[in-house]
Amino acid sequence: MSKRGVVLYLHVHQPLRVRKYSIFDTATNHDYFSDPDFASERNNQAVLQKVADKSYRPMNALLLKMLQQHPEFKVSLSITGTFIEQCEQWAPDVLDSFKELVRTGRVEIVSETYYHSLAFFYSRDEFERQVDTHRQKIRELFGVETSVFRNTELAYNNELAQWAEGYGFKGILAEGWDPILGWRSPNFVYRPEGTQNIGLLLKNYRLSDDVAFRFSNKAWEAWPLHADTYHAWMDASLQNGPIANLFMDYETFGEHQWEDTGIFSFFEAFIGQWLSDPNNTFYTVSEAVDAFDAQGEVSMPHTVTWADTERDLTAWLGNSMQQEALRHLYDLEHDVMLTNDIDLIGDWRRLQTSDHVYYMCTKWFNDGDVHAYFSPYESPYDAFLYFMNAVRDIRWRVMTHGGFYG
Amino acid sequence: MLGWELPPHNSGGLGVACYHMSKALALKGASIDFVVPYKATHPEIDFMRIHSATPLSPLHRYGMGAYDSKFFEESLLGGEELGDVRDIRGVQRKYVRYVDQLLDTVQPDAIHAHDWLTIEAGMHAKQKSGAPLIVHVHATEFDRSGEEYGNPVVHEIEYQGLMMADRIIAVSNITKSLIVQRYGIPADKVEVIHNALDVDSFANYTYDDSTYRYLETLKQEGYTIVATVTRFTIQKGLTHFLKAAARASEKYDKFVFLLAGDGEQRDELLRLSADFGIADKVVFTGFVRGKQWRDAYSVADVFVMSSVSEPFGLTALEAAHHDNAVIVTRQSGVGEVLHSIFRYDFWDTDVLADQLVGIAASRSLKYELTQSVKHEYARISWASVADRCLQLYQRVKEKAYA
Repeated sequence: MSKRGVVLYLHVHQPLRVRKYSIFDTATNHDYFSDPDFASERNNQAVLQKVADKSYRPMNALLLKMLQQHPEFKVSLSITGTFIEQCEQWAPDVLDSFKELVRTGRVEIVSETYYHSLAFFYSRDEFERQVDTHRQKIRELFGVETSVFRNTELAYNNELAQWAEGYGFKGILAEGWDPILGWRSPNFVYRPEGTQNIGLLLKNYRLSDDVAFRFSNKAWEAWPLHADTYHAWMDASLQNGPIANLFMDYETFGEHQWEDTGIFSFFEAFIGQWLSDPNNTFYTVSEAVDAFDAQGEVSMPHTVTWADTERDLTAWLGNSMQQEALRHLYDLEHDVMLTNDIDLIGDWRRLQTSDHVYYMCTKWFNDGDVHAYFSPYESPYDAFLYFMNAVRDIRWRVMTHGGFYG
Repeated sequence: MLGWELPPHNSGGLGVACYHMSKALALKGASIDFVVPYKATHPEIDFMRIHSATPLSPLHRYGMGAYDSKFFEESLLGGEELGDVRDIRGVQRKYVRYVDQLLDTVQPDAIHAHDWLTIEAGMHAKQKSGAPLIVHVHATEFDRSGEEYGNPVVHEIEYQGLMMADRIIAVSNITKSLIVQRYGIPADKVEVIHNALDVDSFANYTYDDSTYRYLETLKQEGYTIVATVTRFTIQKGLTHFLKAAARASEKYDKFVFLLAGDGEQRDELLRLSADFGIADKVVFTGFVRGKQWRDAYSVADVFVMSSVSEPFGLTALEAAHHDNAVIVTRQSGVGEVLHSIFRYDFWDTDVLADQLVGIAASRSLKYELTQSVKHEYARISWASVADRCLQLYQRVKEKAYA
């Protein structure tokens, strides 16, 4: 009988934000991602330095300490290509600290699209190329193979699971959303509809969001959250099923929840407490899939994500600006690929990062609740304006490459 | 002459019209004292005396606003005047007081007041000096508010001024009929004098095709560039324009629409361009002046003035001068002086779409339109505008209209 386990999975990502890129830049300058103003929230280098200091450096140090102190502590990470590229340029020490974690053998890297894109919903070819590229990058950097897949924003449906099984993955991650699960618990491994072997891990969003979203909320009745309280909740949850899937943004630690909220000490204390009980352990995502048989089939014909109360794609594709932006971007695929110009293809792919359309989301902006909304732009309209000018520039570069190929 | 702005401190056509009209009048021997509500240098104006009614910067001529620094106000104005120029009514009160003082040393033969902004000062000046008041209407509140009603205070000021005026100049027949019908002014009190285009001001200009390089590239691929250069306000009818753009794009693929300018409707227009599925074809420049402004005309093939209500519409003449085929709404006064153009009702998006496709699909139609229109705007000049103003001053003085 396998032990009860926490499956901790952290998502590491930074997009390359588009600067204030006007029509007068279009066809003249191709530096969409280089905001000259270091004080700007669109300056990618400045943002990376800031988040590295607040989150990546202290959290990696803490993770390493936990791995050294607790032989049973394990963690899974997905690290996007756009993050890795920025670290290579501006924070190589951060990348080294991730390598050090992986070298312990108890840190698993999860597969995803290199560019943190929504390509699955637009172009299967492009999507697979980005998964391949990411696997290759992970292999080169960390010397490991990936075997479990997560799609951008945890956007998942049956078709994706079937694709992942065909590709050769043994596991896939998704949101454990009540309307889908009904009376069932997210604390088991499931089998996606239409698949034979692949294991589905569902995020325990209550326990995950207690840390990721509610931890520093002083209006929350459980504030301030202590490790023993959280341990008790974990015990209660694991009455129903053997594993608790804690899926969240890596940047929860230090960036979304600042150090002065006590997030780091909470994390350290919880791990110690949890492992002090010999019945408890941690699993990486592939270990969890290996350790437990599927407890039945779960079907998600419609796409489910880990975002908002709707758990759908409306934060990225909910309004016409977002739909238009991606439609025009992906319309260029054929011609961009035929140029064989790696700089051009790279820029086209960097524009696919889902954050760009997220910045165009108006569903909070209309409520005036702009604080619920992470954006380096003054408004969703500005985000749309600069993005479309960059798309036009991509088209111009294709045209000057010798025209469209039809 | 009572005005609100002069180049280079203008935000629109009013300043341009005042400048050229004054210059033409001065060339014909008129001696002009021109009052503006701000303090700034006008390096290109040596043909008249410019008086600053307030020490405010040109940016504050519509009022200081609630967010301007208190320190700034105090340093410019005495303590007792604090708060007085927070809004445009405060600036207007100071303007009237200044004109009052100015009349202690200057005795005009005529008072020429431009739009509601200066009408109160004009009325006061008439009472104090006894000189005749000519109210020059470039736009009424009915125009500015588009399809809405507008500000009742402004309506009231306009009404009073039009009643008190000895003579009214309207920039088009459209404006004249508005003055007659909406304000109940007798038609024979209103004279129509159309604005003109100063071709010389475009003389030392060469087009830089790298300003809009993306659009130039598309043109070489056979695209037609449809432009408008305007403020993005409800008066300008741009939502109808975008709807027509979408309709036209259904029939003809190679269009790009250049929206040069900025304004309160920008976000709405961005959103609409996406709603209509033509976001890719609609290019927004933000506020343009200088080279970017002039080059917008040059890169364009077709210019559309989509205004719901446009007393004149100088930009259509500027566009014609830059070889654009011109389409204006029937609600735009400039249509009264141009003939080789297309016209449509501002709401009739299907007609506009049809005209756009027609021009884009026919090289000869575009050629005929652009060539013929040149003779038409060349016929009207600021010199003849000045002649008519001088005539009008003379007749008012002789009480010939009474």
